[in-house]
Amino acid sequence: MKKISLSSILSQLLLLFFVIVWIIPTFGLFISSLRDKDLLAISGWWTALTTTEINEIYRMSGMESQIEEDGYFKIKGTLFEENSGKKIESFGINSKKINEFKIGDIAIFKDESEVILDEDGNYEWRSKSEFQKKKGKRLFTTSLSPPSFTFENYREVLFKEGIGRAFINTMAVALPSTLIPLIICSFFAYSLTWMRFYGRDTLLAIIIASLVVPLQMSLIPILTIYNDFGAIFGVAAKSYPGVWMAHTGFGLASTTFLLRNFLKSLPNEMMEAAKVDGASHYDIFLRIIIPLSIPAFASIFILQFLWCWNDLLVGLVFLDQVPSEIILTAKLKELLGSRGENWEILTTGAFVSMTVPLFIFFALQRYFIRGLVAGSVKG
Amino acid sequence: MYDDVFIHLKDRSKEDEVADININTVNKYFGDVHVIKDVSLDIKSQSFTVLVGPSGCGKSTMLRMIAGLEDINSGTISIDGQVVNDLPPKQRNIAMVFQSYALYPHMTVFDNMAFGLKLEKRSKDEINERVNEAARILQIEDYLQRKPKQLSGGQRQRVAIGRAITRKPKVFLFDEPLSNLDAALRVQMRVELAKLHNELEATMIYVTHDQTEAMTLADDIVVLDTGIVSQKGSPLELYDKPNNMFVGGFIGSPKMNFISSKILSKSSDATEVDIMGMSKISVSKMSASSSEGDSVTLGIRPEHLIVNGDADGSWESKVFVVEKLGDVTYLYLEKDGEPLVAETEGHSEIKVGDTVKVGFPAGRCQLFDSSGQAFK
Amino acid sequence: MTILNLLFIVFLGILFFIAYFHISNYLLDSYGGRSVKRYNFENSIRVIVFIAPAFIVLFIFILYPVFETIRLSFYDKFGREFVGLYNYKWAVNDPEFRRSILNNLVWLLVVPTLSTFFGLVIANLADRIWWGSIAKSIIFMPMAISFVGAGVIWKFIYEYRGPDNTQIGLLNAIIVSLGYEPQAWLTIPIWNNFFLMAIMIWIQTGLALVIFSAALRSIPKEMLEAARIDGASELKIFFSIIIPYLEQTILVIWTLITIIVLRIFDIIFAMTNGEWQTGVLANLMYDWMFRGGGDSGRGSVLAIVIMIGVIPILAWNLYKHRQEQKI
Repeated sequence: MKKISLSSILSQLLLLFFVIVWIIPTFGLFISSLRDKDLLAISGWWTALTTTEINEIYRMSGMESQIEEDGYFKIKGTLFEENSGKKIESFGINSKKINEFKIGDIAIFKDESEVILDEDGNYEWRSKSEFQKKKGKRLFTTSLSPPSFTFENYREVLFKEGIGRAFINTMAVALPSTLIPLIICSFFAYSLTWMRFYGRDTLLAIIIASLVVPLQMSLIPILTIYNDFGAIFGVAAKSYPGVWMAHTGFGLASTTFLLRNFLKSLPNEMMEAAKVDGASHYDIFLRIIIPLSIPAFASIFILQFLWCWNDLLVGLVFLDQVPSEIILTAKLKELLGSRGENWEILTTGAFVSMTVPLFIFFALQRYFIRGLVAGSVKG
Repeated sequence: MYDDVFIHLKDRSKEDEVADININTVNKYFGDVHVIKDVSLDIKSQSFTVLVGPSGCGKSTMLRMIAGLEDINSGTISIDGQVVNDLPPKQRNIAMVFQSYALYPHMTVFDNMAFGLKLEKRSKDEINERVNEAARILQIEDYLQRKPKQLSGGQRQRVAIGRAITRKPKVFLFDEPLSNLDAALRVQMRVELAKLHNELEATMIYVTHDQTEAMTLADDIVVLDTGIVSQKGSPLELYDKPNNMFVGGFIGSPKMNFISSKILSKSSDATEVDIMGMSKISVSKMSASSSEGDSVTLGIRPEHLIVNGDADGSWESKVFVVEKLGDVTYLYLEKDGEPLVAETEGHSEIKVGDTVKVGFPAGRCQLFDSSGQAFK
Repeated sequence: MTILNLLFIVFLGILFFIAYFHISNYLLDSYGGRSVKRYNFENSIRVIVFIAPAFIVLFIFILYPVFETIRLSFYDKFGREFVGLYNYKWAVNDPEFRRSILNNLVWLLVVPTLSTFFGLVIANLADRIWWGSIAKSIIFMPMAISFVGAGVIWKFIYEYRGPDNTQIGLLNAIIVSLGYEPQAWLTIPIWNNFFLMAIMIWIQTGLALVIFSAALRSIPKEMLEAARIDGASELKIFFSIIIPYLEQTILVIWTLITIIVLRIFDIIFAMTNGEWQTGVLANLMYDWMFRGGGDSGRGSVLAIVIMIGVIPILAWNLYKHRQEQKI
């Protein structure tokens, strides 16, 4: 079975190809979130992995920083941020010849002022006459930048910019939207499996049909109901309980369906033994069904939780897009449209929003998969 | 060993022990299928009654109707004088042991046995007492804190029985409880069940398809054949005087031999029939509806045939299979249709190919008319 | 609303439902039957207690809306005046609508097919390789994140900067290094749809993969070993044994992904907002729900068109269900 055959090698290569293609996008985002925010918008994330050559434009400080020294008016400063690790290879003083000078050369401006630059970006700009302009002149640098990462973005994002609050909002939406359906549907599924009542089969058929009904069919009427409800009772039409019930409604069919399939697999005789022992339906439910259903509950919990956590449409329609109610996906969507000013927030925000799903995914993969498979493969 | 423990149980008041069960013209349909047809039965208090029959005869259904797990379409079932048709199981004061044991997998053995008592909201002390008692009877005290999946089949079966005992019901119902056990264990458990019945002195209704279990355990056997009662009586009654071919062929192992025959002549107290053209025999049994020349079936059990000896009638044929069991030997003799099976001593020297004469003692012969009814 | 307030209503919300079930059942149990009449009564009430919340939710959030949406499609934008087929006529003639349907159809054709195909291939490859489970986890991982999150990820693949600038999108960087001009991928008509679809395939292949893996494990090993002993090549085994055995599963997965794709909204909304002719029905509907104060008539028509897409699947599911009930 462990033969190294040509077909086996080819298979492994092909699989490797798939894996690489699949992982690169996420990897890219992860790297991006750790990069300096200024670099994010101007160079590809892969450049952060190796020492790369980058072209940059810096502006030296202006007349306010000048000092008098050795008979010259000097402005000293540094172009790079501390510990950037960049090493200048060449620089220029006008945009058409950005590589004109090497480190150690003296660059002379049109106004006869001179500037020298060391490889760490420290410059000394001197002029025989006083500097008159507030804005300093620009320097065009070509430098080698080593791989660099920073957690600065995460620090910034978690405590500012509303991502932290959006995280909490999302949790406040997802948790009840998962628990409430679980509670309601477990009783419902129990009754569909073991109680006999008029219309049971029809109800079951309705559930099966509802499995595929797109939630778009419900959006407009429910929104109207919420608006009317809000108008009559003087409360906000868009609210957390509203979202919870909406998610419960949309998740009802699949949760009930999965639970019922599971319950059917429990031995009938055990239920009868309990009846003979004197248990009422509620006793059976609490003392026997629930303890035995924990694996099923886990799988369904994960599926529904992730669905609600990752949802965008329901959160947009049934919640106000204000900081106290906006959810992570909506917040990300806002940031996604920006031109590049907030991209460090976008990348880290995206990753923050993914931490919960990814954690659940890695820690509880087995239950996640079991839930998905249970809904599709029959026996 | 059980005496000191069971004194306590025996001290129950008379009230607890009387539990006649009356089944009155009960009918049951599953959809269009009529599975129980006008069955009436009286089961005496404290008796061990076995409902026996082949698969599909309705015995489990009958048991479940007594338990309250199936509805009754018509007729009544009464326990201890009270009609229980519409009562749920918990109010009929019954306990049931299922074929698959139906234990609660997430609970310990102790909790399994205590479950019903907890639901009745009995005190902790009482629960402890009853469960420990039952555990002692069934010798499962060592397992009280284990979960069912850590137990063997036989142990699980005991827990299931223990769960029934702790409830101190009026009636114990057993639904093929030994079917899932291996042969040796089955024999052992049979003995235990018999002892249990003697000690608890409770009414027990037991369903099985195995006639050995029925014969060994029962005070009364009820043979069911596709929804009707074929015969009810003590084991020996059914053995000696089967009412019809079904019961005759069902009870006893190996099966009773059935030989096609013809009435040669009738008299006031006997019927003379032909034995496969070789001889005739006069059997002291009568049937009003049969006359000379009618076809009948002659029944004789293998153990009653006299091998190489003479009796009231005899017949001869070649042996084609010899089964040696050590204590007995079975000989299979060629005849039209099914072979004739005869029992002989364990150390018999008869071998395949030998021609053997079998003698038919008239007193042991059964006669059945063309509809299968026995001559009396 | 402060975080503390939020916590409080979350707690209350969940408690409410637990309390409902516990209290109602407890009451029922205490009242419960000594006599036959009480017992039957208790039984019927019990059924109602158990199914009431779910049934109410089912009614309000699924049953009623389906019929209401159908009704609204025949009414004006405020849902008050009956306008007959006006909205439908508008839809048929509206270029945006026609473009959306076309896009949806292309999505429905491409995404389920490719996702299923890739899922099947990868499941087979990973099945017999020792590092297969790791590979599967990696490919499955995109299923855990939100569509918007996926959009952010792929932004860094598709991003376009002018031809004289450094490219920060991976695709353009590759293109440029090969000597070509960078493109604003998501704005190119027709092709941009496929780039968006790639994101969806990237996500849904994982679903197909996981289900196929489970199904593969159910193929009796002896069948495969017998074929190998008989000298069949892996490829032949794949086509002659594995695929026929998995026919049912292939259909199920394909249907599942089709249902998901019919409702596709997030990816397109987040990445292009339907611009550059990438819009699908769900985007258009969202638009019309809020454009010009909201047009419930047109929005409903769009919802119904989406619904029509699932009707064949719905019918087939019900049919299968009936078959199973009869056994």
